[in-house]
Amino acid sequence: MPSFDPKKITKIHQHLHSHLPSDPALRVKALETILVEKGLVNSENIDRWVEVYADDIGPKRGAHVVARAWTDPAFKARLLADGSKAVGEMGYAGPASGHLKAVENTADSHNVVVCTLCSCYPFAILGMAPNWYKTAAYRSRVVREPRAVLAEFGVELSEDTAVHVWDSTAELRYLVIPERPAGTDGMTVDELAKLVTRNSMIGTDRDLKTGGV
Amino acid sequence: MQADTPIIPLPRLDEEPTFNEAWQAQVLAIAQNLIATGAIAADDWSNALGAALCELQVDAKSDTVENYYQAALNTLETLLQANCGISKDVMDQCKSDWTRAYETTPHGQPVKLQ
Repeated sequence: MPSFDPKKITKIHQHLHSHLPSDPALRVKALETILVEKGLVNSENIDRWVEVYADDIGPKRGAHVVARAWTDPAFKARLLADGSKAVGEMGYAGPASGHLKAVENTADSHNVVVCTLCSCYPFAILGMAPNWYKTAAYRSRVVREPRAVLAEFGVELSEDTAVHVWDSTAELRYLVIPERPAGTDGMTVDELAKLVTRNSMIGTDRDLKTGGV
Repeated sequence: MQADTPIIPLPRLDEEPTFNEAWQAQVLAIAQNLIATGAIAADDWSNALGAALCELQVDAKSDTVENYYQAALNTLETLLQANCGISKDVMDQCKSDWTRAYETTPHGQPVKLQ
């Protein structure tokens, strides 16, 4: 009499279809197929977007903007007055930088950025948002207890340092200009850009090191 | 939301890749392309994603990157039904077609819809 082992059958079935993508992957594949058929997207643009924003841009553009602001007071004034226009000057205009506000750290004030609703982020200049930025824990806690959250990231602020929490929206996103580290007077813009960390432009890093990123 | 006690310290998530699977990057890429062409409004996307995150990230344990992208996918499907006239039936049918294509294509050969 033939035996029937459900576990074994399941294993064989899974093995036979092991190259079958996961359920969400199939749903995305279906969406892309339908949207391409309708002419609403094209596959090349999707692939290019992933390549550019996930791999190429990273936070490099933002770091260059900050380094220029450190070395060019007139540019810094324009950046603080109209962030979108200033990054546009550098050729960094793009999706999610259309309405950009730059906020500057000083010796007695610190800025930190969040999107309490979802995960709005200036990815055109900072690349993809880090994973912690998308968590409910960060989105809810940084508003209520910014000093405690910053301490988790290693940013210890004295009581007399003011903390400003900026809540991003689809229409308005933020870039933190960290303080320029001491002892960097002779450095070029490119050298300075290497000192700027992604987290410092979100506000979860403060004292930049002069020895490299 | 009981997110006050994160299951792991936030900075540790910095060590993890932004995308664990290709579909996660593709969801954002599709959404941002649709926003760029005006098929979806940026604030519709962010409001709907915010609501979907509230639904999925109900406590600290479910506050995961996987759930974030799951919420993003649910949001995209919902907005496409509401704004672009693409029904859930059409999505399900196309997904079934792809599933069949994968199941019936021998290993090593490119998978195509018939």
